[in-house]
Amino acid sequence: MQERERSRDMNVKRIAVALVTIAASVALLHTLALGRNLPPARGAVLPEINLMVPENAGHRDYLGLEGGTSFKIPQIKARAVIIEIFSMYCPYCQREAPEVNRLYSIIENNPSLRGRIKLIGIGAGNSRFEVEVFRKKYNVPFPLISDEDFSIHKCLGEVRTPYFFGVKINDDGTHQVFYSKLGEFGGAEAFLEQILQLSGLKEP
Amino acid sequence: MKKNAHLVLALGMISVFALSATAFGVSDAFKNNIYNPGPLKPTDSVLKVKVGDYAPEFTLPAVSGGSISLSQYRGKKNVVLSFVPAAWTPVCSDQWPGYNIVRDLFDVNDAILLGITVDNIPTLFAWTRQMGALWFPVLSDFWPHGAVAERYGVLRSHGVSERALFVIDKNGIIRYIGVSDINTRPRLEVLVKELERLEK
Repeated sequence: MQERERSRDMNVKRIAVALVTIAASVALLHTLALGRNLPPARGAVLPEINLMVPENAGHRDYLGLEGGTSFKIPQIKARAVIIEIFSMYCPYCQREAPEVNRLYSIIENNPSLRGRIKLIGIGAGNSRFEVEVFRKKYNVPFPLISDEDFSIHKCLGEVRTPYFFGVKINDDGTHQVFYSKLGEFGGAEAFLEQILQLSGLKEP
Repeated sequence: MKKNAHLVLALGMISVFALSATAFGVSDAFKNNIYNPGPLKPTDSVLKVKVGDYAPEFTLPAVSGGSISLSQYRGKKNVVLSFVPAAWTPVCSDQWPGYNIVRDLFDVNDAILLGITVDNIPTLFAWTRQMGALWFPVLSDFWPHGAVAERYGVLRSHGVSERALFVIDKNGIIRYIGVSDINTRPRLEVLVKELERLEK
């Protein structure tokens, strides 16, 4: 009789441990899911992502990179970096490409902004060939970097495209995301104004 | 031993979750209207044609109106058939918009692209409108359901086609077949390389 009760207790314990394990797993999975699905928000820092140093010397100079094979966003020589997550397969990215080019031109033609705000595109799931197709098709003047295996895209929350991040780079090498938004930005002037305000490069 | 069993169970659940997290980049052009079926069996059919065969003839209705027969390009154009599994799904929605900006790569190789799915015309109409104006015809293999996909051996067991590319030369001979993992988009450079090998 006592033997039977002990056996029943053991079974109850086993079931309890199994349930706790499953609950803990589900909680962990939920956390992982949230972590994966949320892009870095305003005020956050970027996850550790390594980008391939561009082969084009002009693009390396633009970003202020000195050699090496990979780099991190905060290594870019700028006060603020605008990152566009795009794809050559994305109709909205195609449609907005001329306006993003115009944003680049406005910045580069303004002596007080040139060198302080830099643009970079990351081709989600695009091979180097595909990124090059997009660059040639739209005469994109700023660096576009291939993320062929979606690894960067995954780190940045698997966002739909186009998605724009604004990242402020501080003198001490730290950084903060000050803009994080899905979709076309609309007009270049209004977007730039917003970037200047939110990054603190222009006092409100 | 039992502790290990629980650990294996927990790790197993995490692995399943991680493996199911197939990455794809959906354009905002489709907003929240993309249905994600989750990861699917990579391929699920057996080819009925091979490189060197005459491509089976077909006539299908086009979204733009009328119908298109493969034979109308015989002696005139190389033809690329792009079967994609289904409208309003993640990878498919971000495949043809890419082809839409590389018409020059088709033109220079004297090739036409024909996009085919087993969806009906109204569905294809609504879906392709989100892609902008497409330069190539989109054909519906809806009825008899998937008959052309079936003839080529790319109809999956649940009624959608594989993600497959067929390159057919001006003589109607199949020069390349690429059946991709349904969960991933084929690299553009592979198709371009095959087009460049064709007689112009």
